[in-house]
Amino acid sequence: MPDMNRRKMLATLAVAPLAVGVVGQTVGVENKFKVAESTREKLRKRFFPNFELTTHEGKTVHFYDDLIRDKIVVLNFMYVKCEGVCMPVTMNLKKVQKLLGDRVGRDIFMYSITLKPEEDTPQALKRYVRAHKIKPGWTFLTGKPDEINTLRRSLGFKDAKTRLDQDLTNHTGMVKYGNEARQWWAMFPGEANAPWIVECISWMDGTDAQPVIQATQKESKRAESGHRHSKTKKR
Amino acid sequence: MANISKRNRRREREVKNASKNRREIIAARLSRRDLIKAGLLTSAGYLIHKKGLSARAQWGGGGGDCDRRWWDGSGGAPVSPPTTPFVEPLFIPPIAQTVPALNPAPTVAPNTAAGEQRTRNHQALTTLPPVKFYEVHQRDQLLSVHPELPLQRLWTFNGTVPGQTYVARYGEPILVRNYNNLPADNGGFGLQSVSTHLHNGHTPSESDGFPCDFFASDPVGNTKWYDQHYPNVLAGFASSHPPLGDINESMSTLWYHDHRVDFTAQNVYKGLAGFYLLFNQFDTGDETTGFRLPSFPNFDIPMMFNDKNFDPDDGLLFFDLANRDGILGDKFLVNGKIQPFFEVKRRRYRFRWLNGGPSRFYRFYLTKSNLTNHPFWIIANDGNLLKNPVQTTTGVMISVAERIDVIVDFSSFAAGSIIHIENRLEQCDGAGPTNNILPAGQGAKVLEFRVVSDAVTDNSVNPATNPTFYQVPTRVAQRITRCFEFDRRNGQWVINDELFDCNDVRFRVKRNTAEIWRLEGGFDWSHPIHIHFEEHQVLKRNGQTPTLIERGRKDVIRLGENDDVEIYFRFRDFTGRYPMHCHNTIHEDHAMMLRFDIDDVGNNNENDCGHH
Repeated sequence: MPDMNRRKMLATLAVAPLAVGVVGQTVGVENKFKVAESTREKLRKRFFPNFELTTHEGKTVHFYDDLIRDKIVVLNFMYVKCEGVCMPVTMNLKKVQKLLGDRVGRDIFMYSITLKPEEDTPQALKRYVRAHKIKPGWTFLTGKPDEINTLRRSLGFKDAKTRLDQDLTNHTGMVKYGNEARQWWAMFPGEANAPWIVECISWMDGTDAQPVIQATQKESKRAESGHRHSKTKKR
Repeated sequence: MANISKRNRRREREVKNASKNRREIIAARLSRRDLIKAGLLTSAGYLIHKKGLSARAQWGGGGGDCDRRWWDGSGGAPVSPPTTPFVEPLFIPPIAQTVPALNPAPTVAPNTAAGEQRTRNHQALTTLPPVKFYEVHQRDQLLSVHPELPLQRLWTFNGTVPGQTYVARYGEPILVRNYNNLPADNGGFGLQSVSTHLHNGHTPSESDGFPCDFFASDPVGNTKWYDQHYPNVLAGFASSHPPLGDINESMSTLWYHDHRVDFTAQNVYKGLAGFYLLFNQFDTGDETTGFRLPSFPNFDIPMMFNDKNFDPDDGLLFFDLANRDGILGDKFLVNGKIQPFFEVKRRRYRFRWLNGGPSRFYRFYLTKSNLTNHPFWIIANDGNLLKNPVQTTTGVMISVAERIDVIVDFSSFAAGSIIHIENRLEQCDGAGPTNNILPAGQGAKVLEFRVVSDAVTDNSVNPATNPTFYQVPTRVAQRITRCFEFDRRNGQWVINDELFDCNDVRFRVKRNTAEIWRLEGGFDWSHPIHIHFEEHQVLKRNGQTPTLIERGRKDVIRLGENDDVEIYFRFRDFTGRYPMHCHNTIHEDHAMMLRFDIDDVGNNNENDCGHH
């Protein structure tokens, strides 16, 4: 099979640098495409705009350079006067912060970005942080409305359905977590059990993370028969 | 060749114009209403066919002319570079080869000292001792998906995408030593931590590939591995039907894929999937014996369908990390190649069609060059042979992870005939298909059959003679009925209003008992729901008897908007943890999942069906 020979031949090239996107192609292909940039650079351009934001402490920061680059991060969107999912998520992330202990602010960084930059000034965010006794290492951020909206969509806090995307009461309770240097990005539900969230975040330390599943067989708070929460029909 | 590149240049121009137009629309901040007024968008949300606006649809990329998935610079998938369809033959993944022995030899308890990452004992290693041994290395490999695109650094099982095909047989247990050698640099997406699931083997939990039984990579050595014992045994062997199990529970087309919690979509998109075919004394792989299905491997061909996106600038595989709804690709791949062709002789073939994801629903037709349909026979659903073949002239629907085995008869075609596998199901976003069926020739042609003139014999069974395969397994009374409502709460997937946690055992099934589950979907979304370990029978779909195709055994349930489906299982022989989850892998990675355990006690959780 010629195909197999080709594969064998290619196996010898397995250590080619990632930046080269044109190895061993038929004539013409190499002219058609740009040589690939580093994937990290591609991700930065595509998903992590370097917008200027202001922290709840009034400090000016750049999203990629100061908040994301080389860091393990936990990131969500909220707003101060939100009566829906924000509060349970904030309260849950407080538990997460507590469980992570002094790692938060040292090698794990938590960010909450406002969905209502018009009303959530740095002062308003600072009041929120104080009112909820949120510890250092978890930064609340505001910025220019257009840029915040682009940032929100770039980071995956958007809905495919415009109706849902533009309904602020329905904004997502999902939380992004990742390790920028390793290019690992995923999400967890902000209302999930805090110890489980901590386990997810721990995977960002390195692929050596072991499942802790066999150690903790818990049945949660669920009653043994037929328990069900009251229905919420938000989607 | 000159023609091709000319055509490509034109397409490229069209694509550029199209995206320019889209950018302009976005820049102008035109609302949907404005676009309708301007006559550019219909009220149903489709862009009007207008040169430059719908270039993608013109060359069969997007499957339909809906194109709301514009890339506006804030995440989302770009439009892939153009590729000439049907320039490369279908890739047939190599058959996995055994090794004489494993060193060190497999042990019941995890051999942690030697690098094994398994965490629980094998349940059946001594009672169903493996007679064949395999070694598989998960590693990266530069592979071509199309000659007009650069080589792609994919993640593979032993160097190919799809991975090597296991050819297994009932009564012959095997053991696969699974090494993780994935590289330190993930190339932009994917996690180098894996759990390989055999979908949907009657497999003990510790070998099943539960999402949280993942293990780490050693890119340079073989110090991290996991032994997976596949007993290839029929359900009921140690319970209802000793000692061999219930023949009517025979499975045939299985597949394996990475199932790493939160990273399944990325890792499978990168290549970590392959076929596992299971034969027995009836489904023999030899068309002169048993059910006389077309012989493997010459006339029995596995086909894995995937839709993917490629970066228009550098031509490399693109995974949209900002997508929570479901990724739709504009390139259609069969066995790892974009739009291949396959030469067929004038006879019957068995094709094992698998939707390998990540998210799209297909409805495949066989479209002749005169744009009429070629009928074909459906013989198996989710790898389970039906009682009898069912002929279709209206295509077949396949959601992610579903398998449909078909018999296609090419004997009526003249040599030189061209037939396409065409997806005519329109889908505009990850939430689910619109259920509009596109006219013949306007869908996405994913593979081209070319009928060749070679003389050929055909000893395979003619499905028109209505052969009987397996009976639907007999049912016993259920111990319990459980009900599951799939919903979305502020973007978080909930099942019975609760969120996923790998450590949370939502309910316990008592081993060797039967259960009825009722699955209920929500508004707006379609989900292929997969339940590990046992095949189920669909009793009712929205109160009605299911179609002949859905009436056999299955392991994926299509849950469309507001669907209500009642299914029956017997959980036999093994214990341990298993998941139920959405197999739209993007939903799955956003925690649309629950864990249940099988043990010898069971409990009655999730039995509140009062809302029905």
